[in-house]
Amino acid sequence: MKKLNGAQIMWECIVHEGVKQIFGYPGGANLPIFHHLTEYPIDLVLPRHEQSAAHMADGFARVSGQVGVALATSGPGATNLVTGIATAMLDSSPVVFFTGQVGSHLLGFDAFQEVDVIGITMPITKHNYLVTDVNDLTSTIREAFYIARSGRPGPVLIDIPKDVQSAVIEWEYDDSPIHLAGYKLEPALKAGELGSAAEMIKQAKKPVILAGHGVLLSGAMQELKDFAEKTMTPVAVTLLGIGCLPASHPLNLGLMGMHGEAWVNQAIQEADLLLAFGMRFDDRVTGNLKSFAPAAKKIHFEIDRSEINKNVTVELALIGDIGESLRQLAPHLEASDRSDWNEHISDLRIESGKRDIKNLKTDKLHAAHVIHDISLLADPDCIVVTDVGQNQMWAAQYFTREKPYTLVTSGGLGTMGFGLPAAIGAKFARPDAEVWCISGDGGFQMTQAELQTLKQEGLKVNIVILNNGYLGMVRQWQELFFSRNYSGTPITSPDFVKLAEAHGLTGLRITQRSEIEAAIRKAQETEGSVVLEFKIEREDMVFPMVPTGAGLHEMIRRPETLP
Amino acid sequence: MQHTLVALVENKPGVLTRVASLFQRRSYNIDSLTVGRTENPGISRITIVVDTDQNSAERLTAYLLKLINIVWVEDITEKPMVSRDLAMVKVSVNPSSRAEVMQLVDVFRARIIDVGNDSLMIEITGSEEKIEGFIDTLKPFGILEMVRAGVVAMGRGANPLGDPRVNGNGSGKVPT
Repeated sequence: MKKLNGAQIMWECIVHEGVKQIFGYPGGANLPIFHHLTEYPIDLVLPRHEQSAAHMADGFARVSGQVGVALATSGPGATNLVTGIATAMLDSSPVVFFTGQVGSHLLGFDAFQEVDVIGITMPITKHNYLVTDVNDLTSTIREAFYIARSGRPGPVLIDIPKDVQSAVIEWEYDDSPIHLAGYKLEPALKAGELGSAAEMIKQAKKPVILAGHGVLLSGAMQELKDFAEKTMTPVAVTLLGIGCLPASHPLNLGLMGMHGEAWVNQAIQEADLLLAFGMRFDDRVTGNLKSFAPAAKKIHFEIDRSEINKNVTVELALIGDIGESLRQLAPHLEASDRSDWNEHISDLRIESGKRDIKNLKTDKLHAAHVIHDISLLADPDCIVVTDVGQNQMWAAQYFTREKPYTLVTSGGLGTMGFGLPAAIGAKFARPDAEVWCISGDGGFQMTQAELQTLKQEGLKVNIVILNNGYLGMVRQWQELFFSRNYSGTPITSPDFVKLAEAHGLTGLRITQRSEIEAAIRKAQETEGSVVLEFKIEREDMVFPMVPTGAGLHEMIRRPETLP
Repeated sequence: MQHTLVALVENKPGVLTRVASLFQRRSYNIDSLTVGRTENPGISRITIVVDTDQNSAERLTAYLLKLINIVWVEDITEKPMVSRDLAMVKVSVNPSSRAEVMQLVDVFRARIIDVGNDSLMIEITGSEEKIEGFIDTLKPFGILEMVRAGVVAMGRGANPLGDPRVNGNGSGKVPT
C-alpha cells in the first residue's frame, strides 16, 4: 500500500496498461494530472489543438494495434476533442480519452470551463465514465481500456473532476478479473451455422469476399488469405480494409464502392454469393441498396450483432470475431477452382486498365501521377496517412499497400484535418517507418498548426499537399450534380514552402510531372519533415464514381481519353 | 406493430439517458417507457414499448445490448406474458351523471380514489386495451385530467427474465 492521489493513481493505471506514449493538452482542470506526469515513464506529445491530440492517439492506435491515449482539460479542451472522438467511434478505433473536470462540488453550477462532456460524448463513445470517487478510479480505468480494445473496439472517455485528481488514498493496484455484468463478448459459432455457410460457399459459382476493417482489427490476415486461396474467391476491400491482403495478391481485386475500380464493382454486381468479412455495408460501399448485388446471397461475418440486417438483409449471419470464425470454418471448406469466374474478372480488369490516367501519356500534373510515383519510390513498408476528400480517394486507388496497418484514413466520419495529426500519431507508433501524409490544400489548412509539433518533436514525416485551389471533392460534386456552381469551394493557400520554412521544416513546390521523382528523392533524403506542394490540375476528378442513389453498376467510368 | 422490450440495467447514474439517447439517435419512437426497482438493489428494470417492424425491433435489441450498463434485453412481444398499465383519470360529474360514472367504474373494475363536488378521481389498472376502452367510455362525461404510469410487463411461468436456462442460447448476454 502506498499513499497516492487521484492523478498518480491514473498514471499508475496507465503504466499498468502498457502505455508509453500519450497526446495531450494541459489546462486548469487537469493541472494535478500534468504535475504528476513527470514522475512516470510516459512520453507526452503536445499538439497545437486538442482535436489533433485525438487524431494523433487514433493514428497511433491504428498503426500500433495498441490503445491510444489522449488528454484534455475541461470545457473547451473537452469539446475540442469531440471531432476526434467521433472519428475514432465511426472507425472502431481503440482510444481512451481523459478529460479534466471542474471540482465535483461545482458540477452543474456552470463553473468556469465546465461542460457536460459525458452528455456530449455519450453517442460518440463506446462508453464513458464520470469518476466522482477516487476509490473508483482504478477499476474505471481498467474497464475503460478493456472496453476500448475488446469486441468491436472503440473510444472510451473518462471525466475526472479536479478534486478527485487531488484526493489522497492508501492504494495498491487491483488486478482482479474485470467483471462487467452488461458486457459479454459473443459466444462461439454453432456447428449448424458453420455447415450452412460451408454449403453456401460450395454451391457458389461466382463468390466475392468483401473484406473490411474487422479483418485488420481481428488480425485475421492469414485466415482471410487461406480462405480466399482454398476457395479461389476474389477479395474486394473496403477503404478501411486496405492492407488486409497484399495489393499484389492475384485474388485481391482492390477497393470497392463509390470510388472503387470498375471491375471490383462489376464483380460484386454479378456475384452469386457475397461473403462480408468484418464490414458493415456502409452506403459508400453499397451504392443504391435496391440494386446492390441483386443475384447474390449474402453471408455476414460480423462481431457486432447490431450490424446484421441493418443496411443489407443477409441469408446467414455468423456473429463473432472474424479470425475466430474463419478458423472454425476452415475445416468445413472444400477446395475449389473457380477459374472461369476469376478469368472473367481479369478480363474486366484489363478493359478498365486502359482508361487509367497513370497509363496515359501527358505532361500535365495529375494527382494520379503524383500518388502513383510516390507509391513506386516510397519504402514498400511505409505508412500512408490520408486526409479526406479527393486526396484520400487517389491515395486509396494509387498508393498500393502490401502490408496491414499501413494505410490510415478517416473512413466513417470523413474528417478533414485528420491527415497531419494522424500521421504524427502513426510516426510515434512506428518511429522507424517512412511516413507519407497525403492531403489536399483544404484539409491540410485545418490542422496545419501541427507542423510545429513535428518540429518540436524532431519528427520526420513527408507531407504531400495536392493543391488544386479548390475543396476538390465538393467541387467535383458541384461540377457533376450542381451545374458547376462552385459555391464556397475555391480556396486560397499560404505559400506552403515559406510556411514549412517558417516552422523550421523544408518545403518543396512541384509544378511539372518531370519534377515528381526528384522531389520524392529529395524529401526522402532530407533530415526532418518535408512539405511537398504539388500544383495539380485544378479540375482533376476522382473516377470511377458511383453517384449517390445510383447502383454500383451505374458508375461514371474514367474517360477513355485525357480531359 | 408494437413491440414490448424488457431490459435489466445496472443501477448507475446516466443509464436512462443512455437508453433515451439511443432511441433519439437511431430514430425510434417510444410509445411507453417505464423504469422501476427490482428484487435486486443493483438492478433496475426498464419496460419499453415501441412501434416498429420485426427487423428494426431485433436491431434495437442489439443496440440496447451494446450499452455497457444494460445487463439483459428481451423482446417479449411474442412470448407468453402479462402487461399492465395504470391510469389516474379525473372526470367531470354532475348530480345526474355521477351514478352512471360510478357504474362504469364497477364494470371496468376500476376504483374511485377521490371524490369532489363536481369531479371523481378514478384509478384503473389493466392491459392497454382495457384502459383505452375505459378512457373512451369516460370521454363523453368530460375528462379534466389524466396521467398514465406506462406499461410494465413480465413473462409467464417460474423462470425470471434473463435466466440463462431459458435464454442462454446466444440471443443475448448471459448474466453472471
